[in-house]
Amino acid sequence: MRVVLAEDLFLLRDGLVRMLEAFDFEIAAAVETGPELTKALAELEPDVAVVDVRLPPSHTDEGLQCALAARKARPGLPVLVLSQHVEQLYARELLADGNGGVGYLLKDRVFDADQFIDAVRRVAAGGTAMDPQVIQQLLSRRSADQPLGKLTPREREVLELMAQGRSNAAIAAELVVTERAIAKHTSNIFGKLDLSVSDDDNRRVLAVLAYLDQGR
Amino acid sequence: MTRVRASLIAAARGLYLAVATLAGSITLFVLSVVSIALIVIGVGVFTTPTLLTGVRKWADLRRAQAGAWSGVQIPTPYRPFPPDLRRGITGLVERNSLMLKDPATWRDLQWLLVDMTAGCVTVIFAPALPLYMLYGYVLALGVWEPIYDAGGGEWYGFIHVTSQSDANMAALLGTALGVVGLFANPSLVRGHFLLARTLLAPTTSMRERELARRVDRLTETRHDAVDSSAAELRRIERDLHDGAQARLVAMGMDLGTIEAMIEKNPAKAKEMIAKARQNSGEALTELRDLVRGIHPPVLAERGLGDAVKALALRLPVETDADVELFGRAEEPVESAAYFAVSEALTNTIKHAGADRVWVDIHHTDGMLRIAVTDNGKGGASIGAGSGLSGIERRLGTFDGVLAVSSPAGGPTMVTMEIPCELS
Repeated sequence: MRVVLAEDLFLLRDGLVRMLEAFDFEIAAAVETGPELTKALAELEPDVAVVDVRLPPSHTDEGLQCALAARKARPGLPVLVLSQHVEQLYARELLADGNGGVGYLLKDRVFDADQFIDAVRRVAAGGTAMDPQVIQQLLSRRSADQPLGKLTPREREVLELMAQGRSNAAIAAELVVTERAIAKHTSNIFGKLDLSVSDDDNRRVLAVLAYLDQGR
Repeated sequence: MTRVRASLIAAARGLYLAVATLAGSITLFVLSVVSIALIVIGVGVFTTPTLLTGVRKWADLRRAQAGAWSGVQIPTPYRPFPPDLRRGITGLVERNSLMLKDPATWRDLQWLLVDMTAGCVTVIFAPALPLYMLYGYVLALGVWEPIYDAGGGEWYGFIHVTSQSDANMAALLGTALGVVGLFANPSLVRGHFLLARTLLAPTTSMRERELARRVDRLTETRHDAVDSSAAELRRIERDLHDGAQARLVAMGMDLGTIEAMIEKNPAKAKEMIAKARQNSGEALTELRDLVRGIHPPVLAERGLGDAVKALALRLPVETDADVELFGRAEEPVESAAYFAVSEALTNTIKHAGADRVWVDIHHTDGMLRIAVTDNGKGGASIGAGSGLSGIERRLGTFDGVLAVSSPAGGPTMVTMEIPCELS
């Protein structure tokens, strides 16, 4: 699997390269600035991009903007965005096109290699990987008149894990129930959120999007 | 052609000003004088502030026109009202005496007098010149004859029109006057405004007083700025010392222990490694929170609008952020505005008991205007020790102002204004 990596801090970039190589990823390019990233994404056609939000030369959210632009040019291009801080605002922008294949994680998550690599693979496969902190921010406020207010606590729990990008099997394992029970919960969630029957993966993304939109 | 256009525009403005000076200034002057006279029997107390405010608006309109039409800048001389002006009748009496004590008020009244006389005369020539020229032509076209026949020997300027050749002379004179108007009209209107400036602009002593007030204010806000930045540094130092620094020390100790026991007791070492990693994670979380308190990353990356939106998303209370900014303010202003909003929101959440908050941010006329409104129980005030006075100090450094409207029972509306340009 070919990866384009954008990170301006040498130590972290180096660490990520070694970690990804250790898990049999091929590093197509490891760049440090926004323009380089744009060029690499356009020319190298990677299977997944791992991008730091803040990149030189502007040191603003250049990485995020490059990633969003690249996804516009190539819809569904898998992008995993890393940052020192997570904001619901950015998460929403990443998910807004409804195409899936996006991840948004705190840089701290890199410490846990297994989980991090799992997230990269999930994103590359068109799934999502949202940092638990984004989800937590959302949970801190809920009001009953919104569509998500109709969900039962258990369904919310399932949606929360779904938003992190877990599969039904993984959610079942986490909540110690059968996969069939989870499948029932997810179809209830889709029903309550008015998501029509279509490709299951896409509906999962839309459900997460509805979830993130709550904060507005 | 442009000269003709300019001259005609000046003539139209002159006509408007002539009518305005007569109608508006005379009415306002008479009413004001009567109202001030009636203060003696008490009624005037209620009417005077309203009338004088009207006079100020009238004068401000003329000041604005002077700038827009003739490039004559006339600064406003009025003393600002103190922010803690009371409401109701006591407030009215207070306002009345404050306005009467302001020398600018009396100069306004003098200006009304001058405006209705000399002001009117200067400006009446602008429309009169072209109109008189037309009248000259009308005479020359034959109208002189019936007038003469009716026994009215018409005078056109200094010419007594009694024959066609006289009328032709009148037309010639009219043309000359028209040409004078062509060149003089804009200057006439400008002259009117220059005359107005002598009374509408602040005098030297008024300016000096204003400067003195400004120096006082600057000294005060500078003190506040230095104090608060020192306190801020102290807080950061303490947070680092007790937080991240302590965690790194603990991590270093753990690593030392691990080094010592990794061969003797690998299982225990593994356990300690997990603990060290947890410590590093917590240190990062603390640093992240600290950074957010110094300068929020979204503010650096996206500017005020998105930073406030991101903040709104984090709050436990449903918050709508409506931002209309085309460009970014300077960084220190952005930061001050952000933290002012943040403190206002914190206040709301702590004390108001609201379940809905609205933040509105926009930029008009060189002012960044921010309103934070909630549907809580109200009763907030800018008192000593309240979060609101902290905001006031924060904004003061940038000449920003804070106003709070919070009747008991709510709603509360905190408005802030900071003068700044967007780029």
